[in-house]
Amino acid sequence: MRAKRKKLIYNAVTFGLVIAAFLICQYMISTGQMTRSLRNQLIPICCWIVMAVSLNLVVGISGELSLGHAGFMSVGAFTGIVVSGWLLNAFQMEDVTLRLVLAMAAGGLLAGVAGVLIGIPVLRLKGDYLAIVTLAFGEIIRNVMDCVYVSVEGQGLYFGFLNNKLPGTLLLNGPNGAVGVKKIATFTAGFILIIIALVVILNLINSRSGRAIMAIRDARIAAESVGINITKYRMMAFVTSAIMAGMAGALYGLNYSTLVASKFKFDQSINVLVFVVLGGIGNTLGAVIAATALTVLPEMLRDFGQYRMLVYAVLLIVIMLTTNNPTIRTFLDRLIAPVKRLFRKKNAAELLKQTGGDAQ
Amino acid sequence: MFFLSNLVNGLSLGSIYAIIALGYTMVYGIAKMLNFAHGDVIMVGAYVSFCAFQYWGLPPVVSILAAMVFCTVLGVVIEGTAYRPLRQATSLAVLITAIGMSYLLQNLALLIFKSDPKNYPAQIIGMPGISLFGGQLKISGVTLVTILANVVIMVLLTLFINRTKLGKAMRCVSEDRGAAELMGISVNRTISLTFAIGSALAAIAGVLLCSAYPIFDPYTGSMPGIKAFTAAVFGGIGSIPGAMVGGLLLGIIEILSRAYISTQLADAIVFAVLIVVLLVKPTGLLGKQIREKV
Repeated sequence: MRAKRKKLIYNAVTFGLVIAAFLICQYMISTGQMTRSLRNQLIPICCWIVMAVSLNLVVGISGELSLGHAGFMSVGAFTGIVVSGWLLNAFQMEDVTLRLVLAMAAGGLLAGVAGVLIGIPVLRLKGDYLAIVTLAFGEIIRNVMDCVYVSVEGQGLYFGFLNNKLPGTLLLNGPNGAVGVKKIATFTAGFILIIIALVVILNLINSRSGRAIMAIRDARIAAESVGINITKYRMMAFVTSAIMAGMAGALYGLNYSTLVASKFKFDQSINVLVFVVLGGIGNTLGAVIAATALTVLPEMLRDFGQYRMLVYAVLLIVIMLTTNNPTIRTFLDRLIAPVKRLFRKKNAAELLKQTGGDAQ
Repeated sequence: MFFLSNLVNGLSLGSIYAIIALGYTMVYGIAKMLNFAHGDVIMVGAYVSFCAFQYWGLPPVVSILAAMVFCTVLGVVIEGTAYRPLRQATSLAVLITAIGMSYLLQNLALLIFKSDPKNYPAQIIGMPGISLFGGQLKISGVTLVTILANVVIMVLLTLFINRTKLGKAMRCVSEDRGAAELMGISVNRTISLTFAIGSALAAIAGVLLCSAYPIFDPYTGSMPGIKAFTAAVFGGIGSIPGAMVGGLLLGIIEILSRAYISTQLADAIVFAVLIVVLLVKPTGLLGKQIREKV
């Protein structure tokens, strides 16, 4: 009962914070209080939040270290760009919202297919070997994307691999990536995507399947011995995460007029992993906050000029050291203890007042 | 002849990967962590030797030694300040710290040397090349030195690990840290030693890498680092002969697929081979099979 209420409060806080942040941003945009650089960051922030939340499902809930998450984002991004360009050129679909929705759905679908194809071999492995194979797949996707040419003529789509002699206008131009993309991503779409991702993932975590996934993470053999189908549930987490990443990728891709595959290098996968770990592994709200903070942080550090990334690196190390070293942790806990005690006393008093009659 | 010259080039690139992979595999075997900053130590080694030779006018051998000493100290300092406080933490926390360290090294190099690529002087490894089969097969001096260096390093390292007391301590810590500590082995000192050796090897790898591919910048280390890490996993991470075999095979596969299949797809082929190998043999070519216990 208690645990259920706690979960409810946690979910409410998560959704509440996201919605509040969205409303505040909208208000600031309408009154013109938001700086231009921050406004340009809004859609990428939404994408990174979805990336972080979806990777959290794999790393935190399913307990598998994946280092190739940007690969799914890349699949989603280029699919989204192709679909959007195709709909516009072949069917003169001027409705931006419908095009964006279709592009994101296609991006999610293809990334999900990639997730199934990659998941079949990857999920047979364990631990660091699984990590390296996901890294390898991420690099393969990037490499292959550099060789893909797609063009549109009439209502037909033409695909070329290592072959750029295609009829019509090129949508994807191999190593030069996508050029002349119509920017149709909107902040509201990003916000809705975050909400969808949160609903799907929080519901999954708190369902029977979610408990099975966490049981596999905590004790694989024990879970297997009570009849949980390990492959099925690990696959479920992996593919859900890939679909979310693909949708985020489509939104991300349609936010820029040009996009190259090297944008989704191994570094990006690592970046998303940093969001997840700093937010607290397995903590969805933490992932949301960390993704926002760490995307805005380098912008805020602009005053430091060329020292910007240096400061970021030092902060990263210091945060990891302070939160994970037992000595420093104890010291910090002792500092926070009086504050915590204050809250606890208040809670205890309230609890006593509520249940006072029953207790006596 | 074309095949032979490609094979030699592959051996040379593979030797560089093998030397880097040794650092990864030793650290993984003993400290059980993925040291992502290792690739950037290579870059530091390249810059230090470059400065020593170009700006301070030191002789080639001395500048290589300077790079090795600097990287050794750097490796030990990194381990002591960033990784040692996290000995008890989860492996993910250590991984992120290593990534932070990698960013730190890259950005320090970016601040000091700026982002424009530099040209590595060929004179540092000033060995004349040889030509075989009446000039049909030319092998450059750098290639020869690289392959030779790899063999020497492998022999010395194997002797060190198997024949000396410190090597024995390293094997003990790798096998069972707690038991090693009970036997009076200083775990911290052993791990520091591992980092020292790995970083010195990274410096050598940096010199060899930049002599073979002379254009370098602050990001030079990251891709070879990842490839070498792949090589270490390929051969079975934690196994020293595995790193050697994995590195050499990876280098040869990369060069041959570049020559015969496609330049653009070479990286994808390398990683695809890794995946196939891991599917057939999930702990790498020479890795130990660990049985799961309830």
